[in-house]
Amino acid sequence: MWNFKLGRRALISAVAAFGLVGPVLAEDQVVDSIHFLIPGGAGGGWDGTARGTGEALTNAGLVGTASYENMSGGGGGKAIGFLIENADSNHGTLMVNSTPIVIRSLTGVFPHNFRDLTLVSGTIGDYAAIVVGKDSPINSMEDLVAAFDADPSGTAIGGGSVPGGMDHLVAAMVMEAAGKDALGVKYIPYDAGGKAMAALLSGEIAALSTGFSEAVDLANAGEVKIIGVTSEDRVDAAPDAQTMKEQGIDTTFVNWRGFFAAPGLPADKLAAYQDAIAKMYDTPEWEEVRARNGWVNIHNSGDDFQSFLEQQEQQIGDLMKKLGFL
Amino acid sequence: MLEGLLIGLQTAFSIQNLLMVIAGCLIGTFIGMLPGLGPMSIIAIMIPVAISMGDPSAALILLAGVYYGAIFGGSTSSILLNAPGVAGTVASSFDGYPMARQGKAGKALTIAAIASFAGGTLGAVLLMVFAPALSSVALLFHSAEYFALMVVGLSAIAAFAGSGQVAKALIMTILGLIMATVGEGALFNLPRFTMGIMDLQSGFGFITLAMAMFALPEALFLVLKPKDLKGDDGEIKDLRITRDEAKAIAPVIGRQSVQGFFIGVLPGAGATIASFLGYAVERNIAPKKEQDEFGKGSIKGLAAPESANNAACTGSFVPLLTLGIPGSGTTAILLGALIALNVTPGPRLMIDEPQIFWAVIMSMFIGNLVLLILNLPLIPYIAKVLAVPRNFLIPFILFFTLMGAYIGQNNATELLILVGFGICATALKFADYPLAPLLIGFILGGMMEDNFARSMQLYDGIAFIWERPMTLALLIIAALLVVLPSYRARRSKARADGVADGD
Repeated sequence: MWNFKLGRRALISAVAAFGLVGPVLAEDQVVDSIHFLIPGGAGGGWDGTARGTGEALTNAGLVGTASYENMSGGGGGKAIGFLIENADSNHGTLMVNSTPIVIRSLTGVFPHNFRDLTLVSGTIGDYAAIVVGKDSPINSMEDLVAAFDADPSGTAIGGGSVPGGMDHLVAAMVMEAAGKDALGVKYIPYDAGGKAMAALLSGEIAALSTGFSEAVDLANAGEVKIIGVTSEDRVDAAPDAQTMKEQGIDTTFVNWRGFFAAPGLPADKLAAYQDAIAKMYDTPEWEEVRARNGWVNIHNSGDDFQSFLEQQEQQIGDLMKKLGFL
Repeated sequence: MLEGLLIGLQTAFSIQNLLMVIAGCLIGTFIGMLPGLGPMSIIAIMIPVAISMGDPSAALILLAGVYYGAIFGGSTSSILLNAPGVAGTVASSFDGYPMARQGKAGKALTIAAIASFAGGTLGAVLLMVFAPALSSVALLFHSAEYFALMVVGLSAIAAFAGSGQVAKALIMTILGLIMATVGEGALFNLPRFTMGIMDLQSGFGFITLAMAMFALPEALFLVLKPKDLKGDDGEIKDLRITRDEAKAIAPVIGRQSVQGFFIGVLPGAGATIASFLGYAVERNIAPKKEQDEFGKGSIKGLAAPESANNAACTGSFVPLLTLGIPGSGTTAILLGALIALNVTPGPRLMIDEPQIFWAVIMSMFIGNLVLLILNLPLIPYIAKVLAVPRNFLIPFILFFTLMGAYIGQNNATELLILVGFGICATALKFADYPLAPLLIGFILGGMMEDNFARSMQLYDGIAFIWERPMTLALLIIAALLVVLPSYRARRSKARADGVADGD
């Protein structure tokens, strides 16, 4: 259940966001109030994103008040269904979601997909990374591919999500782009990122597919080596970590998080939400929340968000078909 | 190390920090008594307060107080109301609740407090002395060994397989294992046995099932069978532990503190496994006469899981502090708090920021001590809950139970599941089926399956059973734990029938 995966960054945010400071009245207030609908329980990644964003928006005075509702169930599907069924009474609601809405709609776990909702904005993201232990003979993607060629079943790649989930898809995507058979990748799933990391350090798996932000602290402490990041350019937090592209593996991937509204939301309300979020990026309040959580600003609004999601759906859908998940 | 201790003491013994730890313990204990709010949620609630203090040492000291308080509070509801709020305290209710029913609630709480204190303190000593060396222990186990460890844990059901009960206990265990397969497991992206119901997608919730199996049938039982009231007259006697009892539980506490600690060090195991294993091991090494007491109010049966789960909680700090890996949900949240305070746990913590490392250790000692001092005098008052007249107590338990199932997820469907299973469980209880094996099977089943499937994948089959000596050894221990008692029971029965085999 990756939506409950306790990403460390997400946790801090979840945690930090509980301590909301009273709203500051400002002249540039864009929206009176926002009700955040969180499809998972307290303390997860979605929870942290919604509460962190709400904190920044209210503290910066862009939004008057923010309220939060956790509605777990169906791995997030329940909240999506709720928002669609009660669309008319939920014009003041923003639901947080992330890459899983794309994957889970494809697999049919969710009966709906993002097109059934009003797309507001993608706000933040995290890159994926392939990581090995500090004593591993593998130092680059090239080494990993060589090890895979030599012994495909002995080169297991682990991750903190189910097969067909994000960590698996990233591993398969990277191997596919490196010209290997994605189906031949031995993927070992763990139920949380921390346990997958422990398995990597204990030598049970050869490499780990994980979120960049979950690996960066251990990499800086010298416990693990990041051998490839799925970003376009190197990330500031770990300037030594090579991107996949640099190593001739032409693939990028962003695990985004963003906000959706009920279907049929009036255009003026939608514009107001998008405006508030767009203005948020320039405020010191957002910078504080963002830095605290190690989030990367990846802002896609409206039509851009739509095309981004369609492109990701295409990329993931093709891969899942190849892997036999669809 | 001495130098470190002094640093830690200096930090911990300021008026402000002592007040922090006292406040933390009190908050933790009282909120921890509510089922549905385990240490994880309470710490999550307290973290903003801690972070806003800005001083990492003070924040950690507050959180340690909350953590230990919450664990202690959790056992209180297990013992008094048979309502284990977290999986780690399920085993405490096996013997704690029967003791409370016999009017020994005060004694049970005292034993729990002392065992918790000893487990936590011994754990902290082990952590202090061996922490750097233990990081390799934390990485010793692969999925294959975790699987074998869960199998050993399952042998705890033997305690409920008394004479004529073996088949019933087995059926209930298997039922529990089956229920654990509902939902979308960690290893498959397909929902299993959800019957298309979206609320079952993530499987049954632990709290819901624990309340349905333990607390709810207990309350309904009291309503439906009011004759069965002996010892339930609310009188609290036997607050003190006698010298003999102290002598009996001392070795149990010692063994289980060490065993629990080491199980806690493993990132894939934790307090729940530690408590079941502790219970199973102590039952098996107890003399025959005391063995029969287990499950019916044995002081050893209460002391074992209580010291084991507290020691394991301390042990779970090893991977967190030395490797920067959270082994449990609670340590994952603490890791978040540490990072927010600009402290990065990991191998360099002891070198770069020794004052923090030592403050954590000292806060564990102080937290445990304060908890003991605060709680011992409070026990008679806490135990008085049971003196509340039954027509007030039962609605209270029902409310408590329903709230526990709802509070974590805010999902009303949990309530329907709770009531449905609660009624089934009550029927089973009337038919004299033990309910604990079902819960044990449910808790261990998921983890067992995940680890088994992972090992199968890694070894392309079940070769891991003989290719990994530690796995094999653990499985043999599990087999012995199950076979030996039934063999012994059969022999003693045969002997009683006059066909003894001449021992």
